[in-house]
Amino acid sequence: MESHASVGPAAAGRAQDCFHCGLPVPAGTAFAFEAGGDTRAFCCAGCEAVARSIAGLGLEDYYRLRKSQAATASAAQADDLHAFDAPAVRTHFVRELSPASAEADLLLDGLRCAACAWLVEKTLARVAGVTSARVNYATRRANVRFDPRLALPSALLGAVRRVGYAAWPYEEGRLELIEARERRTLLRRLWVAGLAMMQVMMYAVPAYLARDGEITADIAALMRWAGLLLTLPVIAYSAAPFLRGAWRDLRLKRPGMDVPIALGLGVAFIASAWSTVAGKGDVYFDSVTMFVFLLLGGRYLELLARTRAGQSLQHLARLVPRSAHRLRQAEGLEHDTVPVALLTPDDRVLVKPGETVPADGELETAEGTFAEAWLTGESRPVVRGRGELVMGGCINAGSACVMRVTRVGPDTALSSISRSMERALAERPAWVAAADAASTFFVTTILAAAAASALAWLAIDAGRALAIGVAVLIVTCPCALALATPVALTVAAGAMARRNVVMTRGRAIEALATATDFVFDKTGTLTRGEPQLLETIVLGSRHRGECRALAAAIAHGTSHPLDRALAGAAPDVRLPPVHSHRSEPGRGVEARLGASTLRLGRADFVAGLHHKTAPIAWLGSHDTIVWLGDERGWIAVFRLGDSVRPGAVEALAELRAQGARIHLLSGDEPRVAARVAAGLGIEQVRARATPEAKREYVRELQARGARVAMVGDGINDAPVLGQADISVAMGGGADLAQLRADAVLLSDSLEDFVRATAIARRARRVVRQNLAWALAYNLVAVPLAVAGLVTPLVAGIGMSASSLVVVANAMRLRH
Amino acid sequence: MDILFLLIPLSVVLAFVIGAVFWMAIDGGQFDDLDGPAVAVVADDDSTAR
Repeated sequence: MESHASVGPAAAGRAQDCFHCGLPVPAGTAFAFEAGGDTRAFCCAGCEAVARSIAGLGLEDYYRLRKSQAATASAAQADDLHAFDAPAVRTHFVRELSPASAEADLLLDGLRCAACAWLVEKTLARVAGVTSARVNYATRRANVRFDPRLALPSALLGAVRRVGYAAWPYEEGRLELIEARERRTLLRRLWVAGLAMMQVMMYAVPAYLARDGEITADIAALMRWAGLLLTLPVIAYSAAPFLRGAWRDLRLKRPGMDVPIALGLGVAFIASAWSTVAGKGDVYFDSVTMFVFLLLGGRYLELLARTRAGQSLQHLARLVPRSAHRLRQAEGLEHDTVPVALLTPDDRVLVKPGETVPADGELETAEGTFAEAWLTGESRPVVRGRGELVMGGCINAGSACVMRVTRVGPDTALSSISRSMERALAERPAWVAAADAASTFFVTTILAAAAASALAWLAIDAGRALAIGVAVLIVTCPCALALATPVALTVAAGAMARRNVVMTRGRAIEALATATDFVFDKTGTLTRGEPQLLETIVLGSRHRGECRALAAAIAHGTSHPLDRALAGAAPDVRLPPVHSHRSEPGRGVEARLGASTLRLGRADFVAGLHHKTAPIAWLGSHDTIVWLGDERGWIAVFRLGDSVRPGAVEALAELRAQGARIHLLSGDEPRVAARVAAGLGIEQVRARATPEAKREYVRELQARGARVAMVGDGINDAPVLGQADISVAMGGGADLAQLRADAVLLSDSLEDFVRATAIARRARRVVRQNLAWALAYNLVAVPLAVAGLVTPLVAGIGMSASSLVVVANAMRLRH
Repeated sequence: MDILFLLIPLSVVLAFVIGAVFWMAIDGGQFDDLDGPAVAVVADDDSTAR
């Protein structure tokens, strides 16, 4: 929905939106078909084909159920999927269960709401040979069981693609397997503890309420035994992580939060078990089970928040494509689609327009145009000639080309940059140690207090010493203190995710809240990162609008970014009927309008038509100049350049109002950087900065006591992203940078980012309130417990109530 | 009150049975996706059962 905001104003006055994806239908197109008495119009052939497939399968309910528009379908999905049927390839993702049954996982792209999941599920289930298909909307994955003799993997992938979603074979990573197992185990522990807690409470409450003699001794004994029986699994299974953690801490002689928890649980449980067997003394099974349940509940909520943030990033990790078109012979363009993992040096691959280069290699085609934004931060595509090196991860911005692979996998430039980034990340100050030291101190104090009061009471009233020792352990239990920060941060992370800012590390919020300096990278963060039409100069007798329409018509359908800018500049005029496009990479496009030939592109290319010299010279301008002409002469010239993002001015003003300083670091020419900075009122500017210089700049700021938030978009920013106290990657940026950043802005809107910053600052206030409350609670509760005024159950309830206050306070952050 | 001698052990057994049921439900993946099924129920009406 957010992604459509950019077309909102332009689309307002339009007659029709695409039935499938909701984008405006370009004038003069005729993609439509009749269904249910209506004519449905589409923006492109891709969307029409998808909608026809959906209707053909009888799955039109999808349009009724969906809550958000579908992604625009691309017409170029006729990939050769048969390569995925090859035995060597399919073993990567198909698991044979028996000769007649196999299982495969598919990764889905483009799911927008639960209705999409439903649609994909139904589509897969209708493929011949498929016995069951389940789509997990939360993880964007489909699990398909099929008869491998009847259905091939390519048929499954093809079926999903035909209804408009990208599907890829999914090879489950080890990390994800572990995560899924962790989640289930934790959920099981939580259930066991919760169930036991409720039932044990049933046996405990009568004993609290009854007056002496109302419960006979044998019934009381029976209830204790029942309580013991139900608490056993809680101690042995549910509390195992705490006991194990405590054991590990003790062996390392570095007591953490787990130690008093384990000690409190252990002492309370053993004492209660002893009382049960001996038939006299108090039992605390209710305290034990409730305590474990509350602790696990907190951990589970934290895990959920963590995995959700992780998943939203997972499928952004596709900078390098998963499949490549490998050429079969030295001649011709016949090719197989193979997974990138199977490429070896000296393979020759075909890179189609708009596709990502799968590996480093040498260009074999005479010329190719590539967008290398991830590598250089340069938004303009560059032209590479035969024999020149092309980096994996670049996007082919021109026409199809052939390249010979020279380096694959870990040897590529992409991988080496990501490794240097990891080094930068490893240099980051260790917060963890500081937090651990604090908790060790707190825990040691608790243990000392509990031991001291137990010993003291041993002298005063030996019978109560144990109960009081346990009460001290539980009442001071660091719960409120331990929850104070994570709960507030988790809730804040959720609120920020609704603003399209995803935190990938819990501490990122803290860092964002305390940031004093915001450093922006010009390319793609403050500007659109994509050329816009800045100026049109008419050179012939045509009107300005006519010139633009002509250029837009010629540009339409080509994938060149400059052509996109021209097409965007003339969105709602009727395009002249030009045809027979011919694209010359790096030079321009030629098209025919009626009897005349038109050219759009570089001056010399256009001049080739009419042999007249250019009437205007643009000297030293950084902007891109595109000429338009026909056989008779020049028609117009367009100046294209990067422009400031909408809303950037307001967003920066709000950041300043929050008390932050703003810097601009840019790899661009000083003039360009200065122009952007002047437009936004930024005073601290450094232009032509290399990644290393950017990092140095940030380090200097930090040395002067600043806490730096870095907002970047490319992988070349990675070292500086690692150096900053918090790094934020923009949604349009390179995917790898997003994976390494502390936070990712998924939308293009800087306003979202600023709002998220405000939430982070509020979260920090809430954390402080929570800590103050937890501290006050402990200051009151500990003396009471030491004085023997608190039984273990009351201690447990007091602890829970204090935790609830903390959680409730944090919940305020949701709005 | 003698009935309690039956009811209390019974409640323990019942708690274990419920625990086992949940255990199986978790292993069966019933808690893996909490968003999708909400729509799946609505979608499976007879207008699509062609």
